[in-house]
Amino acid sequence: MNTMQATRLVAAREIRVKLRDRTFLISTVFFLLLAAAATILPAVFAGGPSTVAVTEQAAGPLRSAGLEVRVVPDDRAAERAVQDGDVDAAVVAGPTVLALDEAPDDVVGALSTRPPVRLLDPDAVDPAVAFLVPFAFAFIFFVTSQGFGVQIAQSIIEEKQTRIVEILVAAVPVRALLAGKLVAGTLLALGQIALVALVALVGMAFGGDGGLLSLLAPAIGWFLPFFLLGFVLIAAMWAAAGALVNRMEDIGGVSMPVQLTVMLPFFAVIFLHDNPTAMRVLSYVPFSAPTAMPLRLFTGDAAGWEPVVALVLLLASAVAFLLAGVRVYEGALLRTNGRTSIGTAWRSRETVA
Amino acid sequence: MIAVTDVLRLDGVDRSFGDRQALKNVSFDVVAGRMTGFVGGNGAGKTTTMRIILGVLAADAGRVTWRGAPLTREARQRFGYMPEERGLYPKMSVREQVTYLGRLHGMTAAAARQATDALLERVGLAERGDDLLETLSLGNQQRAQIAAALVHEPDVLVLDEPFSGLDPLAVDTVVGVLRERAAAGVPVLFSSHQLDVVERLCDDLVIISDGVIRAAGGREQLRRTYTSPRFELVVETDAGWLRDQPGVTLVDLDGARAVFDLAPDADEQPVLHAALARGPVRAFRPVSPSLTEIFREVAQ
Repeated sequence: MNTMQATRLVAAREIRVKLRDRTFLISTVFFLLLAAAATILPAVFAGGPSTVAVTEQAAGPLRSAGLEVRVVPDDRAAERAVQDGDVDAAVVAGPTVLALDEAPDDVVGALSTRPPVRLLDPDAVDPAVAFLVPFAFAFIFFVTSQGFGVQIAQSIIEEKQTRIVEILVAAVPVRALLAGKLVAGTLLALGQIALVALVALVGMAFGGDGGLLSLLAPAIGWFLPFFLLGFVLIAAMWAAAGALVNRMEDIGGVSMPVQLTVMLPFFAVIFLHDNPTAMRVLSYVPFSAPTAMPLRLFTGDAAGWEPVVALVLLLASAVAFLLAGVRVYEGALLRTNGRTSIGTAWRSRETVA
Repeated sequence: MIAVTDVLRLDGVDRSFGDRQALKNVSFDVVAGRMTGFVGGNGAGKTTTMRIILGVLAADAGRVTWRGAPLTREARQRFGYMPEERGLYPKMSVREQVTYLGRLHGMTAAAARQATDALLERVGLAERGDDLLETLSLGNQQRAQIAAALVHEPDVLVLDEPFSGLDPLAVDTVVGVLRERAAAGVPVLFSSHQLDVVERLCDDLVIISDGVIRAAGGREQLRRTYTSPRFELVVETDAGWLRDQPGVTLVDLDGARAVFDLAPDADEQPVLHAALARGPVRAFRPVSPSLTEIFREVAQ
């Protein structure tokens, strides 16, 4: 059996075990509900066009504006309908618009003459969306790379702690063990994100926000390769951290630096998202590129060549971290007494044909 | 059919950990169809040797060959290994993980499933096969561990302390399984510090101390080489006169019963005659020295 086949077997086991893991299933369902809620609920709460009470002769322009018109015999009946909460607004002689506590913009708009509008930067994104979308990207990357990274580390520690690692190492190449875990983690992470994305898309269609989708599409297309490489980079660090300790309880100490390399870029992107200079820098730093570069693409700030360069940089760092991670993993895997330092692990790789 | 070449051979293996030399020029054979007991005190180098055989550790010098060729990963994949520190996946069912280990050793899914079922039956775990490992008693976990080492019908078996922690019934089961494998032509190397178990089981013996092989060979041959002939004599009255008999060293004297060693060049018949001349002899027989004595002798 070659390394490839062994990797596949290891990955298959990791995935099988994970899919039976209650914590994993619950967290996935939680994310799905979150995605559904975030996309469907705003539309539900917005509640559609206002209902408006009006006499028959004044109803014409309101109907043609798509409002829900309730015809009343006179202005007093219209006012009473508003008071009783039967309608959102009423239009009485004047014309005057009646409402309880908030001016109904759609009703006012239907009765006004709008000046012509000419947009100078038609691609510009609604500021709320401009914040929410990158936040969603950063959040997905943060939560997934953190969550699945920890799981990769835990799976490594479990094999060390239970000592089964020695049987495994005697049977298959050490690289296959690590590769299997990374492949499984990546597939599970992508799978979970794909599910969440699917639910979010269905939710958007349901909530009638299809316009946002076409805006998002190119950013999502770039997000995928950035996410993939960024995830591999972070997973390699988690694997090395996991291999250094022997007990689940000890993972906190070694994982702190890894946590920081995920957390700091996350907060940097969140807080500096409207600072173009900072974002330009962040979009090239491998740790923050997976969130910062898709964001700059989304807001249209990045030139066409920029994501390519950032991606090449990220690829090079991912490969470097992967090689370093493998070396630490190989050096520390069979040291089952206490905690191994990175230096010791780096020097003490056993090379057996 | 056991080929003469079915030998696992260690040849001049050295290994150091930092300044400490754990193995010095370790050489011995594990022959097909025979159970080879690997004996030595704590820290003598048993586990290190076994790890090197399995390729879990690298040797600094020397080599390990199987059927005359240096070990490759492919060859090692056909080895069965039970490490000293036991472990399987706690949250996987016994059947699932034994099957998984079979597959890691290169079996097809169907073959691994079939071998797992047969083996769980054999070690008495068939009914617990679908339980999570962590729900099994320690003894049953050990049986599962044996199944994990044997599932792929290994060409060579290397077992580090396979009997430690086993209840007597489980010891019998494991002994039975290992004998079957040996009888089928598999070289079996097992370490143990329970010398009585080794004595009962092994055909060949390798004794290691301080990383140096002190003795290796057939059990009876080692007995002859490393211990002087020993006899037990039971007479009617006091046997104290044996003290003055030429070539005799008294090991134990309890009134009419005596155990003595004979000098290598001495003959036991004159002693018997001398005893008969003093009165009736109730018993006179050779005694096999226990492994403990061989071990004491060579591991000094």
